[in-house]
Amino acid sequence: MTTTTPQATPAVRAHRARRGLAAAPFLAPGMLFLIVFMAIPVGLLAFYTFFKRGRFGGLVFEFTLDNWAKLAEPLYVGVILQSIGLALVVTLLALLLGYPMAYAIAGLSPKWRTVALVAVVLPFWTNFLIRTYAWILLLNNAGFVNQWLQAIGLTDEPISMLYTPQAIVVGLLYMYLPLMVLPLYASLQQLDPSLREAATNLGASPWRAFRTVTLPLSLPGALTGCIFVFVPAMSNFVIPELIGGGKTVMVGNLVRDQFYEARDWPFGATLALVLTMLLVVVIVIQAAVSRRITEGPRRG
Amino acid sequence: MTAEPLLRVDGVRAVYGDTVALHDISLDIAHNEFFALLGPSGCGKTTLLRSIAGFETPAAGRIIVDGIDLLPLPAHKRPVNMMFQSYALFPHLSVERNIAYGLEAEGVGRAEIRTRVGEVMEVVRLGHLAKRRPSQLSGGQRQRVALARAIVKRPKLLLLDEPLSALDRQVRASMQLELKRLQHEVGLTFVVVTHDQEEAMSMADRIAVLNEGRLEQLATPQELYADPGSRFVAAFIGTANLLDGDATAEGVAVPGMGLVPAAHSLDVGSPATAVVRPEDVTVGTEVSGGLRGTVVDTYFLGGASTISVEVPGLPAPLLASVHGATRLARGAEVGVTFGRATAVPRDPSQPPSFGTTVPTTAITVTDGADAPDAAEASAPTRSQDVSA
Repeated sequence: MTTTTPQATPAVRAHRARRGLAAAPFLAPGMLFLIVFMAIPVGLLAFYTFFKRGRFGGLVFEFTLDNWAKLAEPLYVGVILQSIGLALVVTLLALLLGYPMAYAIAGLSPKWRTVALVAVVLPFWTNFLIRTYAWILLLNNAGFVNQWLQAIGLTDEPISMLYTPQAIVVGLLYMYLPLMVLPLYASLQQLDPSLREAATNLGASPWRAFRTVTLPLSLPGALTGCIFVFVPAMSNFVIPELIGGGKTVMVGNLVRDQFYEARDWPFGATLALVLTMLLVVVIVIQAAVSRRITEGPRRG
Repeated sequence: MTAEPLLRVDGVRAVYGDTVALHDISLDIAHNEFFALLGPSGCGKTTLLRSIAGFETPAAGRIIVDGIDLLPLPAHKRPVNMMFQSYALFPHLSVERNIAYGLEAEGVGRAEIRTRVGEVMEVVRLGHLAKRRPSQLSGGQRQRVALARAIVKRPKLLLLDEPLSALDRQVRASMQLELKRLQHEVGLTFVVVTHDQEEAMSMADRIAVLNEGRLEQLATPQELYADPGSRFVAAFIGTANLLDGDATAEGVAVPGMGLVPAAHSLDVGSPATAVVRPEDVTVGTEVSGGLRGTVVDTYFLGGASTISVEVPGLPAPLLASVHGATRLARGAEVGVTFGRATAVPRDPSQPPSFGTTVPTTAITVTDGADAPDAAEASAPTRSQDVSA
């Protein structure tokens, strides 16, 4: 209930303050962790962006806005846009593949549901790098996929699949599909089955019932899944590096390269900060949209 | 029934695994009838309702509405609408859009939808809440939305699954009246599923009492009360003193008590139970010629009081009901006589007299005495029981 009166008496205010303090012991450890490992590094990044680069890394304490101006160069704008584009494609494919999967899992009997969920999560038990190398083995010119294609006579020449943008999409999709399936499954599974029955009872065909009831009510789950996929896909740099062969540069690669190769810490910091801000904006929008879907437009 | 029935349930049998949920149920429901399916949880009443709506597929039998066999039709093509126990309102749609849902699915034109939704919202007095979401409504308001959503389709048959179970006692009483009013006003045929005998008795024209998948008795509330067809019905409907014994020409011979005179058509010597309603029991210090006993407790219910009397030789106290308050107090020595009694057949596998009979009904009485709490506290569990 949000029926707080506008002018609370001092006693009430004091009481509320005490209630706020009561939560402190529970919040403090987590907050401390976040401050040390999140707020301070991000603050440091923001600080770096306003100084000149040192010759071999580090920075020279001379104020400048060059790092921000450099962002506008077509090269970097292109990389940022390409990253957004690739991440969007991956997210969309994950949604298209993940929705039917989650829907099917939610409809299974409890026993098979557990089996299916374990199967979805299973890849996470293997190291991320090992799995990425496995894709290299599958996709390279002498790899398994090309061998099979030639064996069944679909192609004579090996198709070059590794080190293409498509390979990056496949790799990212593989990596993050479970992160789409799980929140979708959670939202589909908690839907009251009587809602679908009610829609049917009111004359809606199964497809109409799905479109007007199940689908809109699973949107918050779908949005969460999209964020879970989009955010890491956009900032991933290992997969573009290994499967993309470093040719297709994404923001993640660029940030890494600025720090390790170009030794331009201030510009790397600027890119990292931009990436973080972009993702925060995306998450805030997602939260607002989800709330609107579940709670409806504000009253009045 | 004089005219052609609106709904004919003919030999419907439902099976889950090895358990039979419905044993060849047959019944007819007339046009504009307010019909109740009554029974404890697990009796099959919800299965029957869901079979009519098309959410369960019976193993055998026919369900005919207005001459059309429903069973071959998928749920969304059946001319029946249902009000769900949980109301099943669409949380992402406003009250208005919830009510319009069925008409949109049917392909009714926009202008007509607007008029019909407006009319129905007036009927259930929801006009001022049109733009709200279900989460912003009280329980009673949600129920009216659910009702409006079902009746706006003008179904031939309206199915209501435990319509009042989720409401507290105050709202319940007014909703009960509202349902009756609506039924007269709109001229619909209602089939209500309930486990609450008071609810069924007060609203329904006729009641089918179900027990363990079988139809125990189908009759008007008055008949069910005055002339129960089985021991189960006698115990389930209202409060009763059940005295187990054997049928004789004049009534029922109850061990440890003697003959209870009762009219019946049972075979002499067959196991029988005498059913004596509390209002047919006279208790008083001056009463003579009957049994002697001690007052164990009295329950004041406002318009009436229930007196519980322990009679030596009987396994459980007898219940008597009198108008207004009683001057009898705990421990008073009283005489007890019976007025009208009926006799019902008894399952011979049960021992002639078992102690749980009257205490169960005594619990019903105390339940009535402090019902607001009890009804609220037990509502959620009940609803789970029923849907399970």
